[in-house]
Amino acid sequence: MSLVLEKTPMPSQDPKERIKNFDEVATGYTKEMALKEADRCIQCKKEPCRQGCPVEVDIPAFIAKIKEEDFEGAIKKIKEKNNLPAICGRVCPQENQCEKYCTLGKKGEPVGIGRLERFVADWQLETGRIEEPQIPESTGKKVAVVGAGPAGLTAAADLARMGHQVTVFEALHVAGGVLMYGIPEFRLPKEIVQREIDYIRKLGVDIQTNSVIGKIDTVDDLLEQGYDAVFIGTGAGLPYFMNIPGENYNGVYSANEFLTRTNLMKAYKFPEYITPIKVGKRVAVIGAGNVAMDAARTALRLGAEESYIVYRRAAEQMPARKEEIEHAEEEGVQFKLLTSPIEIHGTEDGWVKGMTCIKYELGEPDESGRRRPIPIEGSEFFMEVDTIVMAIGQGPNPLVPSTTPGLELKPKGTIVAEEGTGKTTKEGVFAGGDIVTGAATVILAMGAGKNAAKAIDEYLRNKK
Amino acid sequence: MYRIVAKKVLAPTIKLFEVKAPKVAAKAQAGQFIILRVDEKGERIPLTIADFNREAGTITTIFQEVGYTTKQLGCLEEGDSILDFVGPLGKPTEIENYGRVVCVGGGVGIAPLYPITRALKEAGNEIISIIGARSKDLLILEEEMEAVSDKLLVATDDGSYGHKGFVTDLLKQVLDEQEVQHIWAIGPGIMMKVVSETTRPYKVPTIVSMNPIMVDGTGMCGACRVSVGDETKFACVDGPEFDGHLIDWDLALRRMNIYKDEEKRAEAAGSCGGGCGCH
Repeated sequence: MSLVLEKTPMPSQDPKERIKNFDEVATGYTKEMALKEADRCIQCKKEPCRQGCPVEVDIPAFIAKIKEEDFEGAIKKIKEKNNLPAICGRVCPQENQCEKYCTLGKKGEPVGIGRLERFVADWQLETGRIEEPQIPESTGKKVAVVGAGPAGLTAAADLARMGHQVTVFEALHVAGGVLMYGIPEFRLPKEIVQREIDYIRKLGVDIQTNSVIGKIDTVDDLLEQGYDAVFIGTGAGLPYFMNIPGENYNGVYSANEFLTRTNLMKAYKFPEYITPIKVGKRVAVIGAGNVAMDAARTALRLGAEESYIVYRRAAEQMPARKEEIEHAEEEGVQFKLLTSPIEIHGTEDGWVKGMTCIKYELGEPDESGRRRPIPIEGSEFFMEVDTIVMAIGQGPNPLVPSTTPGLELKPKGTIVAEEGTGKTTKEGVFAGGDIVTGAATVILAMGAGKNAAKAIDEYLRNKK
Repeated sequence: MYRIVAKKVLAPTIKLFEVKAPKVAAKAQAGQFIILRVDEKGERIPLTIADFNREAGTITTIFQEVGYTTKQLGCLEEGDSILDFVGPLGKPTEIENYGRVVCVGGGVGIAPLYPITRALKEAGNEIISIIGARSKDLLILEEEMEAVSDKLLVATDDGSYGHKGFVTDLLKQVLDEQEVQHIWAIGPGIMMKVVSETTRPYKVPTIVSMNPIMVDGTGMCGACRVSVGDETKFACVDGPEFDGHLIDWDLALRRMNIYKDEEKRAEAAGSCGGGCGCH
């Protein structure tokens, strides 16, 4: 069998059309495409792809099942380890994980592992052949999970499979966390997220929405109420601003607000849905991570004529996934690199009318290993924009850490937790995901949830 | 779902709901607020807590029908349910024995002022309350406020009841006549601004309760940014109460109006365009 060096392309909506709608951009493999792509996998002995998966999916095994056209077997194999495959198949940065280690990648393009994962997960959701999960005998132990995002949902699902009784407390009115409020519909349809969450409910997990831990109950209250352990997965829900003049003018959004209004509250369907959003003609998104790309692409779909990414470093340093940057470019997002605002200007009645930017050049590498941007004196210029979205990162939300005495925190407010177990400095309390690492990825949070579930299980078994 | 166990019409556009929400009621304190969403397509709006009953497990909220969602809410009746109801949010009022305290309430702002005044009274403060409304029929909670105050003064814009004019006229008189240690003022933004300007020369600490636009109410979105001194604060988690003398009022008032046009569009497109026409 000869090697096929190129990935089967992912079909997607035409960029000119898709910026007029919120439908999913990448439409997914057909059966034929999936079989073709699966056939590229050489089922090598070393299975290097497996070391790249934070949740330890047996990748060669599920691909082998696809080759046999046993899609049910394939999804079963994935679900042994991954509770949210339709989501991971879409939003995991596979190029830095499983696919990075693929043997084929040494000669050509790696196998499209993420695309295949998505294919079988979607196949299952569409055919409705979702097996009733077997719920093991109860251990009699109760675990509270705080936050229904990727970390919390993964921990909850795994703990339920181990026979523990799990209650998830979610602050918002729906479960899903960043999958629901942050990642746009056109990249991750909310119906898919909902179906994956329904599956987790089927495992016996009780999800209590509208429950802000730190307000209705504290972590200590939960322990007193009889929960044997608590997992904190409250994420990076605190938006950073630049602290430059004019940042509170009308028309300056945090990326969190911009995306939450659009995704969670469905402002793109206003006035059918009542939550409004205001997008002008010229939108500048500050930052160049995945969240920034999401915001810039969302702005186009909401009717912006020009959508800019404004970033103080150069193209090579943009933290967003390559695929996201390419999608943004195809859709007409313009990149103003080595540029950053130093002041925002407003009209007399308080609306953004533009910003003073300064140009940068790259100096020596800084502590992040990336070349440090140095402002160029006298390079200030005015950029006319009417909407600005700050996408320069998020910090840990302090609501839970600040109401939980005994939790050691890092200076930036993240929770100190043991690597590999999520064990915190407080007895019976574990943590994982962005609340521990600072803003990272969905799959890393899921990996942390998975590790914590194992550690909590062990803790509960040893607990008298 | 959260059931409305009692509804009262306090004034033509001002309604009172008691909502069954035992977990919220168990922890609610004076000065805090809730966020609700009426139905699946609804927006999340913050409403202040006007009272709470831990035994009955209810939260009392009083609201004025000013936009699409509050009008839609006003159409609900006893026995109906609200889809989402989350709280208690924000920091509670710092209740202490300050000495003599003036509590100033305007319009529907008297509602959240009431539990604060009651708590301050219970803490041993001497309370002078000043409440006002545009006219007599819009004045709410007069009896309740009287019961928790040592002295109650009333103003209406049109003079249909009490002093003709603004609550700040009465406040100035009170401040001229006696020493006051602390002031709480809750009402429309413009009223809180004028109260803060009135009390500034007297150097009496003045706490106001901000009610800006919010989405999540847990510090996640930053919609509720308020400029306090040189800092940007989030009203939902750092507030809602702030030092009125440090707030950038012009900014705060402008931020309240971000979605004024959209509000009109929603009302025009909606089936529940106001009053109780949908019932």
